[in-house]
Amino acid sequence: MTKILFFGRLRDAAGLAELSCCLPQSLRTVAEVRQWLGARDPNLGQALAAPGVRVAVDQTFCASEQACAAGAQEIAFMSPLSGG
Amino acid sequence: MTVLLCPAPFSPEREMALLAQGKTGDCGALASFVGYCRATSASGAVEALVLDHYPGFTEKEIERIAAHVIERHQLIDLHVLHRVGAVAAGEAIVLVAALSAHRAPSFAAVAEMMDYLKTDAPFWKRELGPSGARWIEPTADDYARRQEHAR
Repeated sequence: MTKILFFGRLRDAAGLAELSCCLPQSLRTVAEVRQWLGARDPNLGQALAAPGVRVAVDQTFCASEQACAAGAQEIAFMSPLSGG
Repeated sequence: MTVLLCPAPFSPEREMALLAQGKTGDCGALASFVGYCRATSASGAVEALVLDHYPGFTEKEIERIAAHVIERHQLIDLHVLHRVGAVAAGEAIVLVAALSAHRAPSFAAVAEMMDYLKTDAPFWKRELGPSGARWIEPTADDYARRQEHAR
């Protein structure tokens, strides 16, 4: 099972903060996971593809094309970060 | 190095007094910055800010950058306190304090750490006002300041 987390505006777009799912084994990159989520919910897919969205896999930042999704425990999609 | 996320209000004055008390003999400079939640913004009155974070990851990322800032500016120490959850207007959101032998590194380190927190630390900020909630994201100016440190 993989836990998928949504932060910031993306939580609003997803309508939830987290979900647990069995990702198809064919999904290897973050971009593929994003497309898979987008196929289920096109609005969410669009929000995930917006500029400034960052992704962490197992609590490490990961680029879209990186093949880090396979076997991931936790994938976090984050809208632009803003503290201070 | 100290990185603390605070779910309840903290006193910047008390924290600064503790840092000053604990400083070592080789410390010649202590520079600090406190950020407060303002009661107004471009969109009107602000009742509170709500800061979401990613437990575990947020602390880890701030510590990673703080270690880099300590090394880059040859600091004696660096402290970051950051609120999470609801922050009422008037309350402190963040305290960054840097200790070094001379003044220039501590000034530079505080500015760099703040510019990092504004654009690259895993926090998400909503402003609550009379017309509801509004997400606050970094401005072009915030990103430009952050870029300056990458040079």
